Amino acid sequence: MAILSAFDNWLKHAAYESQRLFFFSARMVGALFSRRFYLRETMEQMYLIGVGSMVLIVLTGIFAGQGFALAFSMELMDFGAKNYLGRIMAISIIRELGPVLTGVMFAARVAAGITAEIGAMKSSNQLDAMVAFGIDPLKKLAVPRLIALIIMLPAMTVICDVIALFGGWVIATLVAHVTSTMYWSAVRERLVFGNIFVGLLKPVLFSFVIAFISCYKGFSSAGGTKGVGRATTNSVVLCSITILIGNFFITRVVFNWIKGYL
Amino acid sequence: MIELKNVDFSYGDHSVLRNISFTVDDSEAVVVMGPSGSGKSTILRLILGLETSQRGEVNVDHRDICRMNEKSKRRIRRKIGMVFQDGALFDSLSVGENVGYYLIEHTALPWKEIGLRVRSMLGFVGLDADEVIDKLPDQLSGGMRRRVAIGRALLSTDPEIMLYDEPTTGLDPYATRNVVNLINKLHRERTVSTIVVTHQIADAFAMADRYVVVYRGELAFDGSYEQLRDCRDTRVQEFLAPFRDSMTGVFKRKFFDGGISP
Repeated sequence: MAILSAFDNWLKHAAYESQRLFFFSARMVGALFSRRFYLRETMEQMYLIGVGSMVLIVLTGIFAGQGFALAFSMELMDFGAKNYLGRIMAISIIRELGPVLTGVMFAARVAAGITAEIGAMKSSNQLDAMVAFGIDPLKKLAVPRLIALIIMLPAMTVICDVIALFGGWVIATLVAHVTSTMYWSAVRERLVFGNIFVGLLKPVLFSFVIAFISCYKGFSSAGGTKGVGRATTNSVVLCSITILIGNFFITRVVFNWIKGYL
Repeated sequence: MIELKNVDFSYGDHSVLRNISFTVDDSEAVVVMGPSGSGKSTILRLILGLETSQRGEVNVDHRDICRMNEKSKRRIRRKIGMVFQDGALFDSLSVGENVGYYLIEHTALPWKEIGLRVRSMLGFVGLDADEVIDKLPDQLSGGMRRRVAIGRALLSTDPEIMLYDEPTTGLDPYATRNVVNLINKLHRERTVSTIVVTHQIADAFAMADRYVVVYRGELAFDGSYEQLRDCRDTRVQEFLAPFRDSMTGVFKRKFFDGGISP
């Protein structure tokens, strides 16, 4: 009985939080189209989010690409199909791995940073001070981060894709002994509209997920330093899970629409 | 004029203020005292429109700020300068940017002009502009931070009303004296209505014409220094007792036995 009651409470809390997150996200989208635009803050966030994540994304891309290529090249060699390595790499990296890995890395690095920063500002009354000076914190803090994510996450995903494909090429030529020409022509074959579209659509949607959740968790954090820590952890977990679940549904839904272009 | 009329406020099920009523006339200085957690800071947040009362009116210039839309609240806030607890300075901005925050955000004044006004304001609050203007808030002492916060509030709106939330808490006696002198100087020279929230009783006696005691969310006292000294309300006595007991000799005579006007 106690377990049922606890589950019931958890469900109610989850429903309440989801509702608040929805309304917060709607307000953020509204603020996106309102008059005041903070160009300086947006550029600063683009630098912090994009350039600041570059090393992480390059490392992720190169090792994920190499690991993936290594695993597949072994299997393909057994079947004498190692020339297909480029095709498999292109499809899996561009459509799935690139967006998901970049999204999860952004959830870990960027979402945590956004929630912690806004949460710390809230706990030290800086958000109230902004309101007192006639500034809407949503426009000043949340919107620049949303715009920066919408631009930088797809850009970083493309970089991750390219680096991962290069990582795959290293393994293809050195381990699987596939010629460079064969590898790149196989990759090029799968660089079709459908794959590129899905590969770019996902990071755009993930950028909304990260911005909405991380800003919401920051703005709604309470309970001082401990509360900010808890909000940051929740933010990273929720962003990562939403990205993984979202990735599945996007693939499932969009795949049907664009089948003809694959 | 500020008028609180039968105000009730609660956070969810937790009742913070019950049936609070008092007024602050133009150019009057009022200290709101009470133990920690009695709802003093909430009164300031209500006056600034950061919170909305569940019942009653919070009139600023004869208009209930709790029942206004955000645009009207912003107009009213231009008349109010707020010094938050611990200053609430923007920790990513320099002292100069903090003090000039309102001018940077809301005016098209050239940087040079803003710089001149910031320097002049830093001088007014007793700080050496050359020494502090480029420093970050966490490089300042507690007393300096409060003075920067006061300067920021003054330069922002040229306020008719000043609200101070625990301006001397955590400061050493020297810094406390400086901040108290500054608050008195402002009240005298600029004839602003002043509300100071504090639980530092000795500082309270040095800053106001009238005293309001809030005890566990209820108004326990509203009157002059002499009336406070002679008040027989058990809640007021309980609050003043530790201060009365700790005072000896000349201080006790000054504040209680002899009774002098602050």
